[in-house]
Parts: sequence; C-alpha cells; structure tokens
Amino acid sequence: MIYLQLFLQFCKTGLFSIGGGLATLPFLYEMSRTTGWFSYADIANMIAVSESTPGALGINMATYAGIVTGGIPGGIVATVGLTTPSIIIILIISRFLKKFKDNIWVERAFYGLRPASVALIAAAGINVAAIALVNSGVSFTQFGAWVNWKAVVLGAAIWYGQKKLNWHPVIFIAIAAAVGIVFQFA
Amino acid sequence: MKELWELYLCFARIGAVTFGGGYAMLPILERELVIKRHWVTIDELMDYFAVGQCTPGIIAVNVSTFIGDKRKGAAGALAATLGFITIPIILITIIALCLRSFADLQVVKNAFAGIRVCVCVLILNAVTRLWKKSIFDVKTGLIFAVIFALTVFSGSLPITVSPAILVVAAAVIGIAFGPAGDSSTGNKTEGASK
Repeated sequence: MIYLQLFLQFCKTGLFSIGGGLATLPFLYEMSRTTGWFSYADIANMIAVSESTPGALGINMATYAGIVTGGIPGGIVATVGLTTPSIIIILIISRFLKKFKDNIWVERAFYGLRPASVALIAAAGINVAAIALVNSGVSFTQFGAWVNWKAVVLGAAIWYGQKKLNWHPVIFIAIAAAVGIVFQFA
Repeated sequence: MKELWELYLCFARIGAVTFGGGYAMLPILERELVIKRHWVTIDELMDYFAVGQCTPGIIAVNVSTFIGDKRKGAAGALAATLGFITIPIILITIIALCLRSFADLQVVKNAFAGIRVCVCVLILNAVTRLWKKSIFDVKTGLIFAVIFALTVFSGSLPITVSPAILVVAAAVIGIAFGPAGDSSTGNKTEGASK
C-alpha cells in the first residue's frame, strides 16, 4: 500500500525535522536509500523546483516527492502526512504557549538540537554537491577529471553574487539554469 | 463557517505569494494579519515564529496552525493550514507532471545540472547563516561534528543511523549537558530559519 507508506514516511519526517524546510532533506535522503522511490538526483531537482515555487520549501518537496512516487494522490498524501504531526503538536502547545517558550528544559534541548539541525542540513548539502560538482564514474584519485570544473566555477560565481547582490534565490536559480543550458552542463 | 472560509482564503493567498516559507512569510503575515485584519498582535506573531521554528515540522505550517487556532480553535487551525498548502500543492503538481514528461530532453537536463549547482550554494548559505547561532562552544561543535560525520559517511558505515534517532539523541544530550539556567546562550527567537 504505497499511499499508507508515503503517509507514514512523511509523518515521520514532519515529526523529527526541526528547523523547517531544509531540515526535511536528511529524511528524503533516508527515504531514497531505504525505499528507492526516488534518486539523489531527483532530490536535488526537487529542491530546485521547490525553491523557485511559492509556498514553504518542505511542503513543496513533500508534494513533489509524493508525485514522483505515487502520482497526484501520492503528492497529496505526502503533504498531508508532513503537516499532520505539526498541527497536532501546535494545537497542544498553543494551550500553554508562554510556559513552553520560557521553559529551561526546552531551551536546553535546543542547545543540542540546533547544532544537530545544522549538521543534518550540511550533510544534505554534501549529497547535493556530490551530484552537482563531481563527475560521476570518475575515481577520486584522478582529481582533475573528478571535479566538474565548469560547475565549480558557476558555484563560486553564484556564491559571490549572492554575497554582493541582495537578489531573490529564484533569480540565481534562473541564471544557473541558463548557464547550464548554454554551457551544456549535463 | 464564514470565518473559517475567510481564514482559508486568507492563508491560501499568503501561501501563493510566499517564496521559501519560514521567515520569508513574516512581513506578509504582518501586513495581512496584524495591520489589515487585526487578527493577532505583532508580539503574538513573533511568539508563534519563535515557537514554530523550534517545534517539529514546517515553520510556515506551525505558524498558520497557531493563528488559525487563535481565531477559531482546532477547526480554524485546519482551515488556515489547508489554505496555506492549497496553491503550492496545485503548482508543484503541475510542474512535477510537466517535468516528468520533459525530463529526458537534453535542454531540461542541462538546465537542472546548472540549477543543482545553485542549490549547493543556497544550502551552503543556509548553513553559514545558522552556524553562528548554533555552534558557539566545544559541546555544540562536537554535536555538529559527530552528527555530520555519521550522516555523510552513513553509506560506508556498518550501521545506518536514522536522522530521527540523531535528532532525538541531540535533544537528550542538550537536556543532559546544556547550559544550566543561562538564557544568554540560547536565543531561540533568532535560531534557525527556513
């Protein structure tokens, strides 16, 4: 029953991803490994599409992943799965919001959760980089051929541009797509 | 019923114009809900964000649920959240279905190969932004290093640890070894974004 599986997988994602959209990435990679529903390259594409479409990043990725896995109903089931734990937890917390906010134990938990969240997002970034910046099928020992130099140059340029120009990420995504087409990145 | 419908429509509109979610929606929520409709105060809104980003799930959904709940209880929470996700679901569905039929075109492959490079940079930026607020002493550095290593090398390790377990472990470690009563180290109103 693919829809039930999808629902449960995304419930788990919604329950354990703390810090918003990018924090769902490690769970998508785990799903990719354990279920084979989509590939690492699919996930990189999902991030790109989700960043350039309105709505929360995590919601968009869940919809996309669900569609890739189970068509339109899959997209709906995955998204509802992702939001269900949130709604339940917030409805409970809102009954004693003030207490929760100033609770020392909550604060201490976040002392551990924040670096964990950064680590998980950084590790997800490595997964994307392994697809975007490296030539597949080439051994690491042949470093010159292993690195996709075209991609590295583009990445450095975008990084510099984002530091200097306060443009919306969508614009950089569009530029990257154009560069990819002109210089035949694939 | 009319009020629920109003909540739904209002959040549908917000969902349609928010790129990225998270803090990107704060100015929009402020304009729509605080200034125009007087549904919540700006202080309440900031509280919702502060708590919404340190509770599980998507920040935008958490904040929508808070506001809906404040207006109309659990039904309002559902109406607001469903409203928020309606337009994105429709848009992503259309895009995903289109992409599936065009995915084999060389031009689409090239475009996405370029876009993936941009995604790397976006993630790098998110990590550097979160870094300062999250990793500020030896213990937080250690937590980062261990979880990063376990996740990156999960393919070559004999056992794979689920991110869910890592998250729970990090919370437990924080409770056990976190700072005692010193609130200056953990400013959760400014912690993570997105």
